[in-house]
Amino acid sequence: MNNVRNKKRANKSLSFFFKDEFQVSFIIIFISIILLISTFSFDIVPPILNRGIQPATFPKALLILIISLTLIIYCLSIKNPWKIGKKLPKTFFLTLLSFLIFVIISKTLDFFLAISVLSIFVSYNWGERRIFYLLLVSIIFPILVFIFFETILGLRFPPGIITNLYYY
Amino acid sequence: MLTPLFSSKLLIVLLFGTLFGLILGVLPGLGPTTGGALILPFTMTLDPLSAIVLLTSIYCAGTYGGAITAVLINTPGTPAAAATCLDGYPLAQKGEAGRALGMATVSSTVGGIFSVIILVFFAPLLAKLAYEFGQPEYFALAIFGLTMLSSIGEGSPIKNLIAGAFGILISTIGKDFMTSIDRFTYGINELSVGIGFIPVVVGLFAISEMLTQSTLLDQVFKRVALKAVKLPTKDDYKKTWKTILRSSGIGSFIGVLPAEGGTVASLIGYSEAKRFSKNPEEFGKGSIEGIAGAEAANNAATGGAMVPTLALGIPGSATTAVILTGLIIHGVRPGPDLFREQPDFLYGIFGAMLIANVLFFIFGFFGAKIFARITLVPNKILWPMIFAVSVCGTYSLSQSIIDVWIMLFFGVLGFFMRRFGFSVVPVIIGLILGELVEGTLRQSLVIFDGNWLMFLTRPIALTFFILSLIALAFPLLRSKKQNK
Repeated sequence: MNNVRNKKRANKSLSFFFKDEFQVSFIIIFISIILLISTFSFDIVPPILNRGIQPATFPKALLILIISLTLIIYCLSIKNPWKIGKKLPKTFFLTLLSFLIFVIISKTLDFFLAISVLSIFVSYNWGERRIFYLLLVSIIFPILVFIFFETILGLRFPPGIITNLYYY
Repeated sequence: MLTPLFSSKLLIVLLFGTLFGLILGVLPGLGPTTGGALILPFTMTLDPLSAIVLLTSIYCAGTYGGAITAVLINTPGTPAAAATCLDGYPLAQKGEAGRALGMATVSSTVGGIFSVIILVFFAPLLAKLAYEFGQPEYFALAIFGLTMLSSIGEGSPIKNLIAGAFGILISTIGKDFMTSIDRFTYGINELSVGIGFIPVVVGLFAISEMLTQSTLLDQVFKRVALKAVKLPTKDDYKKTWKTILRSSGIGSFIGVLPAEGGTVASLIGYSEAKRFSKNPEEFGKGSIEGIAGAEAANNAATGGAMVPTLALGIPGSATTAVILTGLIIHGVRPGPDLFREQPDFLYGIFGAMLIANVLFFIFGFFGAKIFARITLVPNKILWPMIFAVSVCGTYSLSQSIIDVWIMLFFGVLGFFMRRFGFSVVPVIIGLILGELVEGTLRQSLVIFDGNWLMFLTRPIALTFFILSLIALAFPLLRSKKQNK
């Protein structure tokens, strides 16, 4: 892929905790440890009802496996650093932001309004400036999708300021 | 075999599935796995056979469709077509795009049909063998499937195993199926039923790809013009028939292995074609054998991957994991009993795959030029539309907004996983095998009265454990050999 730097990164001079390998491994291990701790709060089945192993045993084993394997990949990465893609562009963060906007609008106002807002936001930020196409992705297409799901699948979408206009 | 398909409804479903699969295959970033997951909610309006026929035809045609973009714009429409780029695009640059696509179409069709024949013969045999399987054997088989993740071709073996373990971990969220004790629910009621397969698949494939596309907006495709697809010449056939047959065999075999799929099959098919070729120096510069080797293998993996899916309920690839979910949603339980109780249903699937291979040959041969134009749809219009369908499709299955949040979460997670070299396919396989692994382990321990060593007294289980060790060791040995 053109966007991937095939050469190994020249960040060997960076302190280890600034390196992606360390940060990723740390996050995986940190989350795994938190989850592992939470498994100790799972209810324990009385011996008479217990079949085989306790419900917490299997997730515990998996988490220990994940932690161990992550430690291995981190150790291996010291010798062979990972190949990481180029720096993330602004459009990526704007797309990520659009997801957040989607969540907020769909939770507070309306599910379809959220889809429309995300569509126009993404399309515009990705470079679309023609009004017709912006309307197509933000209004015409979501309406078609709504009608399709509503009529063919008989789906009832969550209530909201726009969806209610259709339902009531 | 084709009798169950002689209904206008099923033929329309097949036609639609093949066309839709081709479109998905052509569009880089989409593919049969994402497409299958997106269309799964729509299959609820269909009867079980039509639904699975739709999914399998998308699978077959989508796998082939990736070759069109691989040849014309040097970007594989699907990961399975990555090896096709190596020789397809250089040949197209020499002004022989039609010949390259002709060879890709013929070898894909031969590989696909070959694998359906393998499916027809081997799936019932494997199903018969599965009657010998008890809980310990199924546990060992599932472990074998998971260890095979270490060699799926994408990412490092250890990262794949981490992703697989993560997939199994996701399957433990919710009420424990044996004791009804909540695990990882943290008081959220919606999580007590567990995390659905579709939100995870759509998130990991479609939404993470949308994020990936947001980083590639400045990418410019160098498109090669296509006049018409040309059937291979006598000379081409002479050069490639052995390669096509060999790759068909390799692809079918790789497909049968749990968790492996078209990507690995095409890479091995390609490298074997090079190894056996009289002109290995032509590889990478537009070798017709290279195209044949890769394309026959990746399409042959489709039928192969359906063998463990139908006979054992163990998916042979990410797309068959979606098909497996489709079967379960429609109340069809894959496994040996399916072969005894619903032979018509199975023969319907076999027949549909056979016809789908013929259909994509026709569509590919006459319509490749049109399908190639689909890639002209700008991402800034295409992806917001895919987002709308993804969100509604995910919501529709259980009409839960939480599923949409889960989809978005896995979308972001999937993006970062791919960025740091973790393949997302093992998460899917782990998620679908998770309940089987845990359930069979716990039931086996009940049978064995908690004695783990008893697993080693079961010959079939022991064989799978040994195969698992080999599967784990294989990537290590391969990388050592490559380092040498």
